Amino acid sequence: MSDPVTARIAQNPRFKELVHERTRFGWILTGAMLVVYFGFIGLIAFDKALLATKVGSATTSLGLILGVAVIVFAFILTGIYVQRANGRFDALTAELNRDLAR
Amino acid sequence: MSRFNNPLLLGSAMAALAVSAAFAAGPDLGPIAQQATNWPAIGMFGFFVIFTLGITYKAAMGTKSASDFYAAGGGISAGTNSLAIAGDYMSAASFLGISGLVYTSGFDGLIYSTGFLVGWPIVLFLIAERLRNLGKFTFADVASFRLDQTSVRIISATGTLVVVAFYLIAQMVGAGKLIQLLFGLPYLYAVIIVGVLMIVYVAFGGMKATTWVQVIKACLLLGGATFMAGAVLFKYGFNPEALFSAAVATHPKGDAIMAPGGLVNNPIEAISLGMGLMFGTAGLPHILMRFFTVSDAQAARKSVFYATGLIGYFYILTFIIGFGGIALLMSDPVYFKLGPAGAFDKIKDMVGGTNMVAVNLANAVGGPYFLGFISAVAFATILAVVAGLTLAGASAVSHDLYASVIARGRTNEASEVRLSKISAVVIGIVAIYLGYVFENQNVAFMVGLAFSVAASCNFPVLTMSILWRGTTTWGALIGGFVGLFAAVGMVVLSKAVWVTTFGNPVAIFPYDNPALFSMPLAFLTIYVVSKLDNTARAKRERALFDAQFVRSETGIGASGAHAH
Repeated sequence: MSDPVTARIAQNPRFKELVHERTRFGWILTGAMLVVYFGFIGLIAFDKALLATKVGSATTSLGLILGVAVIVFAFILTGIYVQRANGRFDALTAELNRDLAR
Repeated sequence: MSRFNNPLLLGSAMAALAVSAAFAAGPDLGPIAQQATNWPAIGMFGFFVIFTLGITYKAAMGTKSASDFYAAGGGISAGTNSLAIAGDYMSAASFLGISGLVYTSGFDGLIYSTGFLVGWPIVLFLIAERLRNLGKFTFADVASFRLDQTSVRIISATGTLVVVAFYLIAQMVGAGKLIQLLFGLPYLYAVIIVGVLMIVYVAFGGMKATTWVQVIKACLLLGGATFMAGAVLFKYGFNPEALFSAAVATHPKGDAIMAPGGLVNNPIEAISLGMGLMFGTAGLPHILMRFFTVSDAQAARKSVFYATGLIGYFYILTFIIGFGGIALLMSDPVYFKLGPAGAFDKIKDMVGGTNMVAVNLANAVGGPYFLGFISAVAFATILAVVAGLTLAGASAVSHDLYASVIARGRTNEASEVRLSKISAVVIGIVAIYLGYVFENQNVAFMVGLAFSVAASCNFPVLTMSILWRGTTTWGALIGGFVGLFAAVGMVVLSKAVWVTTFGNPVAIFPYDNPALFSMPLAFLTIYVVSKLDNTARAKRERALFDAQFVRSETGIGASGAHAH
């Protein structure tokens, strides 16, 4: 890729918008995953009693539900990213490509 | 895992480290008695081998260019790729090791399941699409995009080969022991069968065959596990609460299995393990390679989404299977080695050790033919994973070391691919030899080490070169080696090697998982060395960042699905 082309894309407002939004979004979701996972590990390390609490009068413990919730959360988070990338980010990329073709 | 206070968990916890290493961990299986030859299992495995060899033949016919060989011509769909990624991840130890861990200690098994899964969202948010946009065949293509080819490929290929070597040894030893147990075949035969088949898949069929073997195995494993978990739930009227109550009533630890036990007592160890699992996933060369087999960034993104779902589903199944083992096997003496007067320990005396919970449960819910099926799937699982590793290692040798470092680009596709095939044969033979040599060694720490090296060398070099403008060749090279040596050094000085293998009285490094220390050290070194690097090359490399950045973010100019 020659430099003038790179510079033209790098200066394009749509490119800046795309990069800014996606980078921010990616880091926010990464942060959410880290907080949830290390929060879960932190509870295991520091508050075992809380996780042993029974849900209602059943055998199932809070820890078990939270553990499964971490797994489901990870999946939902990837779903949210893909949803937004397929819509918003791909649309911005397509607009950028149209701009460049002009 | 010096801080894990239960010796049984020690082995199982390691087992949970992605592969069948636990089968090599002495405390878990105990002495392995070769079992009676299991003909239904061998028959079903034979069918799998014939079928996959047919696929390999077909793949070999369609493998002409380097792109075909390394990246299946970029023609793998997102759905297929997600099954292959999930297949790489759903190893024999995730299946047998985690269900065994749930069987012995209930809730604690879930800690590993979550640790293994949460690396995937990170891969998706930070690297999957950029990797696809920048790369061609190996992750070194990406890391060396604007940096010096020779230096960066040396560090990337070294990181790749170290990860592949440790992972392979653990797999080969695990395979030998597992097959001895499941099929009643001698250890050496088992190791040779695995070695020869993986050579055939990789050398003839390249990425196409490797992918399809993985996909077929993933479907078989998911199908088998779904059936087993379904059969368990069926017995309890599809009410998990009834299953848990029955398990609590049977397990010697009683209600304690529903709460965290002794697995995580030391927060630093736990966080270090979590970091190794999370970021190691994002640095495993055989998994990163899969992102180049799809046509574009959208497909890469979708593959991770589906794969995360499949892997999460699989871990929930293993959890149900572990609890099913407690509820259905623990009170049945058939599955235990009986002491005098028919007494048995519900955990220690399980036939074949606690890693055999899923296999014994297969017999309990589906009879001897389903047992044979699950045994064959376990063998297929190991085979598919070692084939992926061998391909990653062979690519590092031919595409990174030979084509870019030794021949410095003065080579052609045909000779590069030929060298890759030769490398696959050599790696296969070395793997058989190492599997033979390490038969009676404790190799359980090697999988943890592979993850730690991936998190401390491959991952920092890759992410810093993609995401930070300031990264220079010197920074990546020195930082990568610092991470590599730190991870290996800390493991050597830890209890698993320093005390257990070398027989020293006290471990010098107090933790078993180095990632919490070695990974930040690698990032810091890359940062500092790059900052200090004022060479003309460094200035040029920083200036080239814009071109790389534009392509990584948009895919404009990205290498397409075909050879170019």
